[in-house]
Amino acid sequence: MHKAILSDKTVRLTAFALLALAAAGLMLPAWVVNNMMFGLARGAAVLGLLVLWRTGLMSFGHGLYFGLGAYAVALSEQWLGLSDFALRIIIAMLAAVIAGFALGFILRRYRDIFFAMLSLAFSMVLYGILVKTEALGSTDGFSVSQTTFLGWAPEGKQVLFTAIIAVCLTLAVLVQMYLRSTLGRLTTAIRDNEIRVEYLGYSVSQAIHIKYVISAALAGAAGGMMAMALGQVDPDSMVYWTVSGELVFITIMAGPGSVLAPFIGAIIFEFLRTYAFEIAPHAWQLIVGGTLLLIIFFLPGGIWSLLERIPLIRRLRHD
Amino acid sequence: MQLLFTILLDGLVYASYLFIVAAGLTIIFGVMKILNVAHGGFYAWGAYTAAYFIGSASEMGFPDWFGFLIIAGSALAVGIVLGLLIERIVLRRLYDHEEILIVLATFGVFLILEDLILLIFGVNPYFAYQPMVALGSVEVGGIFRDVYSLTLFGVALSVAAGSWWMLTRTRWGKLITAVIHDREMALIVGINVRRLFVVTFCAGAVLGALGGAYIAPTVSVAPGFAVDVIVLSFAVVVIGGMGSIPGALIGALLVGLLRALAVHKLPELELFVIFLVMSAVLIVRPEGLFAPAKARKI
Repeated sequence: MHKAILSDKTVRLTAFALLALAAAGLMLPAWVVNNMMFGLARGAAVLGLLVLWRTGLMSFGHGLYFGLGAYAVALSEQWLGLSDFALRIIIAMLAAVIAGFALGFILRRYRDIFFAMLSLAFSMVLYGILVKTEALGSTDGFSVSQTTFLGWAPEGKQVLFTAIIAVCLTLAVLVQMYLRSTLGRLTTAIRDNEIRVEYLGYSVSQAIHIKYVISAALAGAAGGMMAMALGQVDPDSMVYWTVSGELVFITIMAGPGSVLAPFIGAIIFEFLRTYAFEIAPHAWQLIVGGTLLLIIFFLPGGIWSLLERIPLIRRLRHD
Repeated sequence: MQLLFTILLDGLVYASYLFIVAAGLTIIFGVMKILNVAHGGFYAWGAYTAAYFIGSASEMGFPDWFGFLIIAGSALAVGIVLGLLIERIVLRRLYDHEEILIVLATFGVFLILEDLILLIFGVNPYFAYQPMVALGSVEVGGIFRDVYSLTLFGVALSVAAGSWWMLTRTRWGKLITAVIHDREMALIVGINVRRLFVVTFCAGAVLGALGGAYIAPTVSVAPGFAVDVIVLSFAVVVIGGMGSIPGALIGALLVGLLRALAVHKLPELELFVIFLVMSAVLIVRPEGLFAPAKARKI
């Protein structure tokens, strides 16, 4: 099994790209490292949406799990005093997995627009609770203290950056393994024809449920990483429907072609936002909206389909 | 008792206004199967246009009642111009794409419309209270209310009656019903579906803009005020059943009354209650309470 993973070209490329980024992080200025951390964190959530999108499902409410992950980190610090990186990631994923597993029983019966709308409704329920509950920080949220590593509290953001890269790499490899497994290959089959998949003897609703929990776990980890990178959680920047909308936007912009695409897309998005804000503060949404339309019209495979024209990357297709 | 009456009145006013916006959304969905996020943009544009012209008309010394003509005029102009432009430039390219991608494209259009407002109208809020002042206020069962909000009932009822009459009593309505029921079959028997789409989209857009234009005199029209409305009218449409006018009416009443109840009794539960109801309805009846019957296809 491991040999198969190490010889998977996508895994090799992803590992190479992320390790190069970690090395570059030692030399880059602090604001670039910060932006990249936000991008990578969001990228993990987008990876979760990619898993769903390959089946033709799109969740307009992944802010739910993103927010649960972020709040799990903040609340475990408030209530239990936890600040360890690994524990924070585990708690964030756990919170998202539990919620995703429970809601999955309902959502697996829905497709298309209904799936999207019901996810949106669930995420807005969480938003409604958070905004109005004093004990959960209300609209102000919480600040999140510095992350420690087995009791060591490093100076600066370099260590956190490297740790986030390690998590993203692990998640990307695991997702690639999932997509190459039988269960993962059902993904496209379900998109093409559910009834045929049922006739082959697989349960479509079970496959979708598993997929949904995986994507929730990824969004939860992403929220946890975001909380640590930002040092702050609040309902508007973690759960509101515009957060989910951004994730969907990055998914389309990045394209579903590869597990590396979400991270590239999310980092590009982060820099696009920084520059667009600086150059044209009142036209930022116009730029984003315009980009979205142009990509839907002219680049259905997203940014990844452009990268695929590079010979080295094109070879991955036959992987 | 007094409180109950206030809740009822507030709820009905809010429901009328939600219904006008949601009716547009649901008509577009019913006929075109497009969940139009850009509807929030029509709403905001309607409100800004009305507020801007009411303000300048009053500076030029037109009488206050003139505002009502401006409201109607802005709704029609905004709806038809934006509707035609968006149908022609964006939607027409995407009719054969997946539903979800079309939703995303309308989301892109929504973002663009929002920023165009900032660029054209600026960031300062607009006030257009003249039509509201012109009508004064009245005492209903011991509560003072401005007459203007009460006229909303009339507008909502005429929208409901008008669309019912359009759909069931006219040739256009029959054609639309045929397309809702089975688009391919409608094409085969020679109905010009494309043209029907354009008309429907513009009609829906006019309703969205009308909602915004009519609410403009009662609020300060400021950037970003359409974001909440679009999510709430989604809830209304989903609860009632996407594509059904009576559904939108019931959905609007439910959401309007619930919201008024929450605002007066348990303000911390406002959004929560509405989306909880929406989730509950979707779980029990995935197609919404009054979804139009679908032709079974094998």
